[in-house]
Amino acid sequence: MTRTTTTTGTRTTTGTRVTTTTGGRRKQIHLAAHFPGVNNTTVWQDPDSGSQIDFSSFRHLARTAERGRFDFFFLAEGLRLRERKGLIHDLDVVGRPESLTVLNALAAVTEHLGLAATVNATFNEPYELARRFASLDHLSGGRAAWNVVTTSDTFTGANFRRGGYLDRADRYLRAEEFVEVARALWDSWPADGAPRTVRHTGPQFGITARATVPHSPQRHPVLIQAGDSDEGREFAARTADVVFSRHGTLEAGRAFHADVKRRLARYGRQPDELKIMPGVTFVLGDSEAEAQERAAHLRRQQVSPQTAIAFVENVWGRDLSAYDPDGPLPDLDPVPDSDVVQGWAHAGDRFGIAAKWRALAEEKHLSIRELAIEQTARQSFIGTPATVAATIDEYVQTDAADGFILVPHLTPGGLDEFVDRVIPLLQERGTFRTEYEGPTLRDHLGLARPGGEGRHERAASTPAG
Amino acid sequence: MPRELHLSVELGRAGHPSAAALTAAHWTDLIGLAEQGALDFVTLEDSLAPPPDDSGGRLDAVAVLARVAPLTSRIGLVPTVTTTHTEPFHTSTALATLDFVSEGRAGWLVDVSAGEAEARAVGRREPAPTPELWAEAVDAAEVAVRLWDSWEDDAEIRDAATGRFIDRDRLHYIDFEGPHFSVRGPSIVPRPPQGRPPIAVALDVHDSDGRWALAAGHADVVLLDAGEPATARLARTALQRRAAEAGRPPGTLRVLLRVAVDLGGRTGSLPPADTARFTGTAADLADLLADRHTATGVDGFHLRPASTPADLPTVVHDLVPALRERGLFRTAYTGTTLRDHLGLPRPAGRYARQTEAAR
Repeated sequence: MTRTTTTTGTRTTTGTRVTTTTGGRRKQIHLAAHFPGVNNTTVWQDPDSGSQIDFSSFRHLARTAERGRFDFFFLAEGLRLRERKGLIHDLDVVGRPESLTVLNALAAVTEHLGLAATVNATFNEPYELARRFASLDHLSGGRAAWNVVTTSDTFTGANFRRGGYLDRADRYLRAEEFVEVARALWDSWPADGAPRTVRHTGPQFGITARATVPHSPQRHPVLIQAGDSDEGREFAARTADVVFSRHGTLEAGRAFHADVKRRLARYGRQPDELKIMPGVTFVLGDSEAEAQERAAHLRRQQVSPQTAIAFVENVWGRDLSAYDPDGPLPDLDPVPDSDVVQGWAHAGDRFGIAAKWRALAEEKHLSIRELAIEQTARQSFIGTPATVAATIDEYVQTDAADGFILVPHLTPGGLDEFVDRVIPLLQERGTFRTEYEGPTLRDHLGLARPGGEGRHERAASTPAG
Repeated sequence: MPRELHLSVELGRAGHPSAAALTAAHWTDLIGLAEQGALDFVTLEDSLAPPPDDSGGRLDAVAVLARVAPLTSRIGLVPTVTTTHTEPFHTSTALATLDFVSEGRAGWLVDVSAGEAEARAVGRREPAPTPELWAEAVDAAEVAVRLWDSWEDDAEIRDAATGRFIDRDRLHYIDFEGPHFSVRGPSIVPRPPQGRPPIAVALDVHDSDGRWALAAGHADVVLLDAGEPATARLARTALQRRAAEAGRPPGTLRVLLRVAVDLGGRTGSLPPADTARFTGTAADLADLLADRHTATGVDGFHLRPASTPADLPTVVHDLVPALRERGLFRTAYTGTTLRDHLGLPRPAGRYARQTEAAR
């Protein structure tokens, strides 16, 4: 495979490192706020559930996160509405804004909060997207972050020029080459110099380009990565600044943390150059019992009778609408390669899961809905503010995580209680900032501002894929 | 009582001090000033081409206007988004989002990207002939409108009894198929506050490259370049006729005459084009606009300052009061959305009628 990127013009001096680590200080926690998602984690039947699309909801959550001194605000992405049995899935929240545009608007109503957008590398081109992120970084004073994801299905591709062109196996090749080109563009115009032409030839991209904007405050927006496969972990170790991980339990978190950090050395990187932040949910109460009660109530809200049927359909790959949600699981077998549902993560081994669920339902005498509630992921942190703060701190101090991406259940007030009651306790522990120490997201995360050309040349000389 | 005119201003051509154009404050100050004058809207020109060598850089126009939206409350925000290299789906959702964050003040100035530099920078296709690019722009506008309409206004029902958040019968596939792209839909963004953010296109009477088709079929606002009043009058009449031929209701197309203005006493800084050009004082400009408004029948004007930072204060502090004295311009905003300012009704969605017929 041939792949070359050259940047013509004069070399510049390398950037300065802005990380400040005070000796002896306890490991600091990093926190992000995830705007409630388009899935059944987000409860919409609650009387306090507000708009998922009006700007006021985004403003409220972002300002709450900033009041809590969070590192950043996070938006997920969906490029096609999910379907079931050929019809648009109608049981969950549907509809969201285009991420970069809403983040630019949020930059106007916040001062320090990082602003992270999930944007697909499959259905965008590096020149245009690099420019959009550089614009956000300029307009926010250095607060932009990019969660790079790839999609290979033709289902999503039906909304785009090239359709489902990308082979599943090539997803990381595309993402990695995309990031390489974007960084070359971000590096190509020093603030006090002339723009240089970037020439790149590779399997995914062949471009000759001059950037339209000079270096932004962070030069490279913070790069977030969420894949969990071996390939994904390696990509993160080579390229990312933050990993949005799924490993929210203590043991799995420690194993993941150790594995990914170990990989960094291969690329000449230090452990603190990559932050691992699992996505987690939380439920608070005045007592442990009350918190558990609220959590159980919430899970029932998340799994309506209709959602329970849908939940089982995802595994069975069949239309089960004739089944009673309060009755037993279907005795039919799953359909292995069903396309009954589109837009969800693949169910995996359908027969294995179905067998396990049947055994569990039989043993505990569970209906379809009860099983779905039982199987819906328990909230990560349930307890009083004191126990939740202690648990979060323990995870971070014992390297199960460097921090967390909190996913509230409710728009837009789902983070209020956490900020009012848990954040002060973390601050008392001395493990979470009471004030922002710098203006940029890299400052909040303790990440160096990239050194420009030197760093790029190193990345370009790394063997591909 | 005289017929009021619409007044808008171009932010994006020349005269931006290099480093300042990269800051939010620069744009917030300019657009805030335009809002003080109760102007209908500002346009922010954009392109994927590298900016001129002496420029300090050019930010993405949608990004800049989204950044300013929460700090303003009335003025229309109209970015250029080119259709040649950008995905129509992304364009539609970004503009719908701009409409949400501005609570109904977004518009779209459609343009194409004919240059070789942009084609090589994006690297996805070879440069194409301009008429082909404008035919594609028409398709992109059609896709944007269909996607905006793909959610009926009342699609979100939050019906706890049936567990449904939306009524999916009120969401529609758009199934657009054209020579350059096909788009299935529906949009990921609900119908924006204005229903459809107004679409604008710039053209002159000599254009034969598809801009007229876009103007007649899709545009809500035409920014017309015409040097002579008689030409402007003919062009306006032709536009109205072609819009009617395209099946559009009368009164849904606003024609604004573009006027290059230099109110700072400088010379030689105006863009060379077949546009009405003016150098002089605000009072003289008010006379000229009043005269052209009557003589051509156009709905208003789109001013192209030689230097926006230098000329915009004069527009707001001197020209606007002079027009108000003549009873030609609003003393304050009377509505909140860009469609309100332009006197354009909020359109019904194209699919809503189909649903009604089917019910």
